[in-house]
This record gives sequence, structure tokens and C-alpha cells, in this order.
Amino acid sequence: MSNIVVIAEVRGGQLKRPSLEAVTAALQLAAGTGGKVVAVACGEGLDAACADLAKSGAQQVIAIEGAAFANYSGDAWAKAIAEQAKGVSANAVLMAHTAMGKDLLPRVAALLDASVTTDVVAVAFEGGAFTAQKPVFAGKAILTAKSSKPVFCATLRPNNFAAASGGSGAEVTKVAAPAGDLLSVVKEIVSSSSGRTPLQEAKVVVAGGRGLKEADNFKLVEDLAAAFGTGVAAVGASRAVVDAGWRPHREQVGQTGKVVAPQLYIAIGISGAIQHLAGMRTARTIVAINKDPDAPIFKVADYGIVGDAFEVVPALTKAIAEIASH
Amino acid sequence: MDIVVCIKRVPATDSAIKIAADGKSIDPAGVQFELNAYDEFALEQALRTKEQLGAGTVTVVTVGSKDAQKELRDCLARGADKAVLLTTDQWMYDGTNTAEALAAWIKTVPCNLVFCGRQAVDSDNNQLPANLATRLGFACVTEVAKLTLDGGVFTAERDIEGAREVVTCKTPAVISCNKGLNEPRYANLKGIMAAKKKPLEEAAAQLPAAGMEIVSLALPPARPAGRIVGQGVDAVPALIDALRNEAKAI
Ligand SMILES: Cc1cc2nc3c(=O)[nH]c(=O)nc-3n(C[C@H](O)[C@H](O)[C@H](O)COP(=O)(O)OP(=O)(O)OC[C@H]3O[C@@H](n4cnc5c(N)ncnc54)[C@H](O)[C@@H]3O)c2cc1C
Ligand SMILES: Nc1ncnc2c1ncn2[C@@H]1O[C@H](COP(=O)(O)O)[C@@H](O)[C@H]1O
Repeated sequence: MSNIVVIAEVRGGQLKRPSLEAVTAALQLAAGTGGKVVAVACGEGLDAACADLAKSGAQQVIAIEGAAFANYSGDAWAKAIAEQAKGVSANAVLMAHTAMGKDLLPRVAALLDASVTTDVVAVAFEGGAFTAQKPVFAGKAILTAKSSKPVFCATLRPNNFAAASGGSGAEVTKVAAPAGDLLSVVKEIVSSSSGRTPLQEAKVVVAGGRGLKEADNFKLVEDLAAAFGTGVAAVGASRAVVDAGWRPHREQVGQTGKVVAPQLYIAIGISGAIQHLAGMRTARTIVAINKDPDAPIFKVADYGIVGDAFEVVPALTKAIAEIASH
Repeated sequence: MDIVVCIKRVPATDSAIKIAADGKSIDPAGVQFELNAYDEFALEQALRTKEQLGAGTVTVVTVGSKDAQKELRDCLARGADKAVLLTTDQWMYDGTNTAEALAAWIKTVPCNLVFCGRQAVDSDNNQLPANLATRLGFACVTEVAKLTLDGGVFTAERDIEGAREVVTCKTPAVISCNKGLNEPRYANLKGIMAAKKKPLEEAAAQLPAAGMEIVSLALPPARPAGRIVGQGVDAVPALIDALRNEAKAI
């Protein structure tokens, strides 16, 4: 059987949306292999997340649940997941390319002696082999590669596949989380964004650069992000302003920051250096506001306004707030 | 502590990428190569760990071409004790066989701590450290932005979506280093002179076949040409109109 396992990510009892995107990719592969999609979740208090997975279109849900797995431990979770993947004769294991996915899937792959491709934007099962496409050289090229191992593993770039829905209610099996020696374990999770939308999950990213002149002027950027309404937009930054200490590194977009693919990316006072473009060029729609008509950012922007951010952004904020309130 | 630092020679981040005639690799003509930016944090953390403990060795290793001697020498000049070049003519794009080759070599040397970068900026894999750790049976924390070592146990902090995780980790361990962890030192003249006398060993990499076989390498589809909707504040209504009615983005 050529079954496809999806490792679901659950945080605070909630299923993360990119996991449903991974189910979509898995269903696409399963249509080719003729196998079924098995979603596997780890943790404690997984009922709500499993109910969502059961409705996602996956044919089977396995919850590895218990106090031993209350906190994330990459080594212990990888072992338990690899065992389940073997148990269902998985030929492929997929997970979202999130902080957890990047940490966990390569371990599962090593235990399964599988191939692994990360940050994947397209998958296929063709001529009996799994293929995957991923950006390399910071998005300056796209690599297409074919798995030469019996098991294929991939992490999938968020916001790139539609979220799966509309399943008819899969059976949920519970497995007790094995207690054992944890080589590494999460002790604490400290919220760093005080309830704000995480950069990589946001539908809209409003990013500012050195053109804003000083740290305090980022209020313009924050106000525009807030105008979209609660939970819609996140604030991003160029490396120049992160290096200057105006914004924390977690907000940096680009080759040595985060790669984001929102529906809308608004670059304000950002020149568009090649390393910045690496982090945002796959956004669906890109808007640039820059006073220099020759700024390279205009080469990738769908829509540009040449002008002073200090004049344009407040007017844009007002217009967006009006739309959002209707 | 016997520390190994895994490094990679990669195209400079501002390089223009051209595809070679085989359609499976890049054309190296005119491309500048350099030490992978994240590996600078890995080396720095290794040197600081050795300094903190007051004992131990720092060995830098790469699986790569002979040209990587340059990056290895740079690491020696910054303070590493020894360098090892596991030679291959292939572009190491596949995390699986790279991890296998590194694990095979690490098992032959004294090593209880490995530092890596978060990601190699050529293949952009972000997978080798966790893969390698699993093959070695070591603990692992990835994308570490803050690290303390106390009594043989690491406390590491890493950014996750919207929050920061605090992780405890036993040794032996593989730690992958993110920006923000430290400020890397550069080589000074004394270091550069000293590096000339430090050992740089070469051996052929024990390289199994790649787990993923390249079908093609291509330039990404160009974005359709955009347009300037106008100048200054007067252009805002035109932008809103385009976003609503054309792009359906708001
Ligand atoms: C190894 C390496 C990795 C890197 N990684 C990253 C990365 O991950 N992310 C990243 O962003 N950069 C990265 N960089 C840095 C990158 O090369 C640029 O230096 C950086 O992106 C520039 O930031 P900026 O656009 O804010 O500043 P600048 O390039 O200084 O641009 C400021 C822009 O603001 C405009 N402006 C000025 N005043 C106004 C105004 N009043 N209204 C409107 N516009 C105005 C100017 O016309 C200009 O275009 C990296 C560099 C290296 C070497
Ligand atoms: N060919 C290689 N030789 C030695 N170390 C490597 C090699 N490739 C990757 N690494 C290490 O693994 C880290 C993550 O790389 P990657 O998983 O390929 O993105 C890099 O920052 C290096 O520390």
C-alpha cells in the first residue's frame, strides 16, 4: 500500500492551518499512489484537533497522546511518528515547513531512511516516483527532484496549497505516548508577539525599511497593518532596520530572515535588495511605496506608488480602515 | 568538549544565478563563493564554548570541492584548531547523503558537540542538523537564537511562529545556529598567520547516492510586469481600486 502520512501540528489544542494544506498535498499524491492519507498528531488534549483532522479528507487519524508528550521533544516525537509511519506502510510523510516541521521531519526521515525535500511548493507522483519542486538559491532558481528512496519526506511551504476540508469523518485511533528518555524538550513557550498574527501565517504583510528614517516612524507601518482588522496583517522589516535595532530579528523578511508568501505584501521605504526579494517574491500581490522611481522593488511590485511614505501611508491606512469596517 | 563545526561554501547572497547547459546545475562563471552566513554563527559559538570551558578542540568540516580549502582556512584563521575537507566534485544539494557522509566521518573522531548553521543558502534545505543528529543518536535543537551551557545541559531559545521556545538539551548534541545568536569574530593578521600552520586534512567523502535525484534546475517564472499607479498621496484611490477590483487582494 502506498499510504501518505501527514504529521499534523497542534499548538494549544488547536490544529495549525498549514497542516490542512499538507493534507491537500497528501490527497493529491494519494490519488496517484492509490493509497490513503493518514494524519498523525502528537501531544496532549488532541480531541478538538483530531475532530478537525477527521473532517479534513484524511481517511485515518492517529493521535499519539499523553502526558509524556505534553511538551514538544523532537527526538521522542520523531521515534513515535516513525513507528506509526512504518505501521501504516507509509511511502511518503508530509508536514508543513514551519518551525516544528523543519525540526521534526528531517528526524523522522533519518529514522525511515527516507529522502527529504524541504520548503516544497509542488509535489507529484509520476511514473512510480515522488517528485518535488522547491526554491533554491533564495528563490533565484527552482529545483525539481525525484526521490530515489522507498520513502519520500517533504515539508511544504505554508500558504501555497489550499487548506483541505470536506471529509466525511475519518476514524480516530488513540495511541499512548511512550514515556522515555527525552534528549531535548521544550520547557516553556514565551509569546513574543502579544497576540499579533505571526508573520508567516498572515494574509497581509506590511513591511518597512530604512526609508522610514527612524524606529518610532514604524508606527505608520503598524497602523496600516492594524487597519486591516484583527488577525489579518503582520508587520515585517528589512534587514537594514533590524540591524539598526529598530525592529526584532523575528520580523526580518528575506534570505537571512523569514520567507513569507502572503496574499498581499506592502513594502514601504524598502529598496528591494536581492536578499529582501528572496523573502517575499512569491507573495500573490506586491505593492511598493518608495520615493525613488528607480528602486528595484518596483521591478517585482504589481502596483507601485512613487512618493513619500510619510504622506502616502496615512492616506492608505485611512482608505483600508474604511473598507475593513464595512 | 570535542566540537565539530559543519560548514559549507556557497554562492554569495547577492550572486545572479544562471543555469548551466545541463539544466541541472548553476553556471559558476562569475559567481563569488563564500562561507555560508549561518555557519559563521556556528563557528563563533563553537569558539565561545571552548573558551567558556577552558578546554577542548574545534574542528571544522565540510563535504565539498577542493575550492572549499579557502573557507576552511578562513575558519582556522578565526580560531578553529583543525580543518577536514571531505572531497567530492558534486554539488551537495541533498540533505540525506550529506548527513550520511558527515555522520560516517564524525563517528571516526572524538566528538560530543556539533554546531551547524540553520540553513545553507544554496540548497536552502534547513534539514541537515536534525537529520545528522538522529543518525548520530545525539540530542538536537535547531534554529537557536540564544544558548547557555551549564553542567553539560544546554538551554536554547528558538523563534517559532509568534512565540519563542525555551528548550533544554542534553549532550552530546547538534545545535543549529540562527542569526542573533552571537556576533561572529573575523580573522586578524595573527590568526591568518597561525592558520597557515594548522592542519587541513583531506579525504574522499564516503558519499552514498543522493536521496533526491535532480530532474531539473530552472529559473523561476518571471512575475508579470507591474505598474506604477501614480505619484504621491493622490495615487491612493487608484491603488485601492486596483487591489479591490483587479487583484482582489482586499
Ligand atoms: C548575507 C546577506 C544577507 C542579507 N539578508 C537580508 C534579508 O534577509 N533581508 C533583507 O531585507 N536584507 C538582507 N540583506 C541586506 C540587503 O542587501 C539590503 O541592505 C537591505 O535589504 C536594505 O534595506 P532597506 O531596503 O530597508 O534599506 P535601503 O536599501 O537603504 O532602502 C531604503 C529605501 O527607502 C526609500 N526611501 C527613503 N525615504 C523614503 C520616504 N520618505 N518614503 C518612501 N521611501 C523612501 C529609498 O528610496 C530606498 O529605496 C542581506 C545582505 C547580506 C550581505
Ligand atoms: N556539504 C556540507 N558540508 C558540511 N556541512 C554542511 C554541508 N551542507 C550543510 N551543512 C551544514 O548544515 C547546515 C544546514 O544546511 P542545510 O540543511 O543543507 O540547509 C549548514 O549551515 C551547515 O552547517
